[in-house]
Amino acid sequence: MATVKDYADITGQSVIDELFILGDRASRLKIQHVNSTAVGGGVAEILTRLIPMFCQLGVTSTWDVIKGGDRFYLITKKMHNALHGVDVTFTQDEFDYFLQINRENSESIVFDSDVVFIHDPQPIGLVDVRGKRDSKWVWRCHIDFSEPKEQIWLFLKNYIEKFDSAIFSAPAFSRSIATRQVLISPSIDPLSDKNKDLDQNYIDSVFNKYKIDRSRPIITQISRFDYLKDPVGVIQAYKQVKRYIDCQLVLAGGGATDDPEGEKVLADVNKAADDDKDIFILLLPPSSDLEINALQRGSTVVMQKSLREGFGLTVAEALWKSKPVIASAVGGIPLQIKHKYGGILTHSIEGTAYWIKQLINEPKYAAELGKNGYEHIRQNFLITRQLRDYLLLALSFYTDSDIIDL
Amino acid sequence: MPENYFEFKSRLVLTELLGIKAKNLVELLEKIKTVPLSSIYQHTHRFLQQHHYLSPEPPNDFAYWVSNMLNNEIVGEQLASIDVMQFNNLTDLKLKIVKLLSTYANKAENVNCPAGEEFHFMSSRIFVLPINKKASTIQEFKDILKTVSIHSIYYHMFEARMRLEKQDNDFSVWLRSIGMKQEADIISRFDPYTFTLEGLRQKILETINGNS
Repeated sequence: MATVKDYADITGQSVIDELFILGDRASRLKIQHVNSTAVGGGVAEILTRLIPMFCQLGVTSTWDVIKGGDRFYLITKKMHNALHGVDVTFTQDEFDYFLQINRENSESIVFDSDVVFIHDPQPIGLVDVRGKRDSKWVWRCHIDFSEPKEQIWLFLKNYIEKFDSAIFSAPAFSRSIATRQVLISPSIDPLSDKNKDLDQNYIDSVFNKYKIDRSRPIITQISRFDYLKDPVGVIQAYKQVKRYIDCQLVLAGGGATDDPEGEKVLADVNKAADDDKDIFILLLPPSSDLEINALQRGSTVVMQKSLREGFGLTVAEALWKSKPVIASAVGGIPLQIKHKYGGILTHSIEGTAYWIKQLINEPKYAAELGKNGYEHIRQNFLITRQLRDYLLLALSFYTDSDIIDL
Repeated sequence: MPENYFEFKSRLVLTELLGIKAKNLVELLEKIKTVPLSSIYQHTHRFLQQHHYLSPEPPNDFAYWVSNMLNNEIVGEQLASIDVMQFNNLTDLKLKIVKLLSTYANKAENVNCPAGEEFHFMSSRIFVLPINKKASTIQEFKDILKTVSIHSIYYHMFEARMRLEKQDNDFSVWLRSIGMKQEADIISRFDPYTFTLEGLRQKILETINGNS
């Protein structure tokens, strides 16, 4: 696995030097992260990389994963949907069970850190054990929080306000709450299997494996099979383009252990595809990062047509490969794409189809979008920036000033 | 190390969300009056930090939002053309923005932005860190200036003057102290808001090398 120093070729040495200075200042702190899944999904992915990097900078850092059965994950999935504005109602019994699982986990996890990061709603109830020690607790929200349903918002608000700070991925997710709120966008790891440079032969072999024709344009969306990623909408946009351009569509993604809805979505996607031989629906296992990397690199246009999005890191991944990206203007995506400069933002199936045609027919413009998008990600959305922000937040707890001399 | 050396520092920023939003000009004006000066700084300097490699870029969030979300090009242009270099502190800059918005907010139809496109107020905490690079000669200064991060250049050119309320940028102050008054004056007259940070680095180096 890459070390912090290995990023210098990408970020410049000065960025790495600054990280080590921050690490030195934070070396007396122990940092702990808690989330709900060890594999699958963006949170687990980034923690896998971040934890060793904290340690390399001299900051002791640990990661715990809560345990919950099928019923717990059905409730947390329902919470996820409600936070994204889906109309669902919770019974008191469901809230009680959610808190019971949190209490059980709080008994098995050791909280002996100075700064505890709780990721997303699943482990939010753990904050009730914070009284035992003078530590700082941070709730890290990775979800689109712009229009939560009232019932779930009131339930969670009660817990969020027990934290010292809440982190959101985009300004639109901030709320009027008593807790101090911080903006930290998530990031991609440019040296991970999902993002590192690949040999052209390997890229060819992946397309050959799935019998995708590289002589014709390829539209790709990489996402887990989730209604909020609108895979059916992507198929509809593709069908509008297909009338004019002989292209192919790749819908590829995995599943996360905490997402019970995946199979149903996949069935709907297969139905919408209607046996079109140029639509490739690839359900990939968690170990497919290299293949996903290759699929993005070999695509003509990359899509992220989400209806809601916590942040939409697949956009950053595609831009990192200098690909022209068409994405919905939701969640953190507008932070990653400056419309018509570093990618395209759309609001409808028709608009998406229009821009797919434009970018396939105007490869020079598409390449310019990809080039600018790459630079934007390099400057603002790499893992080194996120590591820096977490360290700054941890250090900020020990001063009240707006300008802090380290 | 001689006493008269230049110590390069860098600065890192942690962005904070105030949970305050505005959906039209009147609300924007009222909220600007109440937010801390660190928020005014954030919204008049954020583009410089995030899109420092693009040129030209609108230098302030207020102008961008009014032009693009309220579709009010007149007020947007007025906000974009505020000459930040004329202000030595954030209080005066805030007063200028309030005065400008007051003129229009009372006259214009108070149009709301589309739902979901509200202006969200942010502020920032600045961390100043020594990067263990000191120059006591002009050659050392140039060598280090070539390699420091753009955050360091930003700190000495922007932060020092506006947020720390020094009268001049740090580079010019030091150059003057070692007898390079002419070069210092040229750099003081730069409008750094019209350069990319890499462009600014090159321009400073060219000035010191006598190529300005």
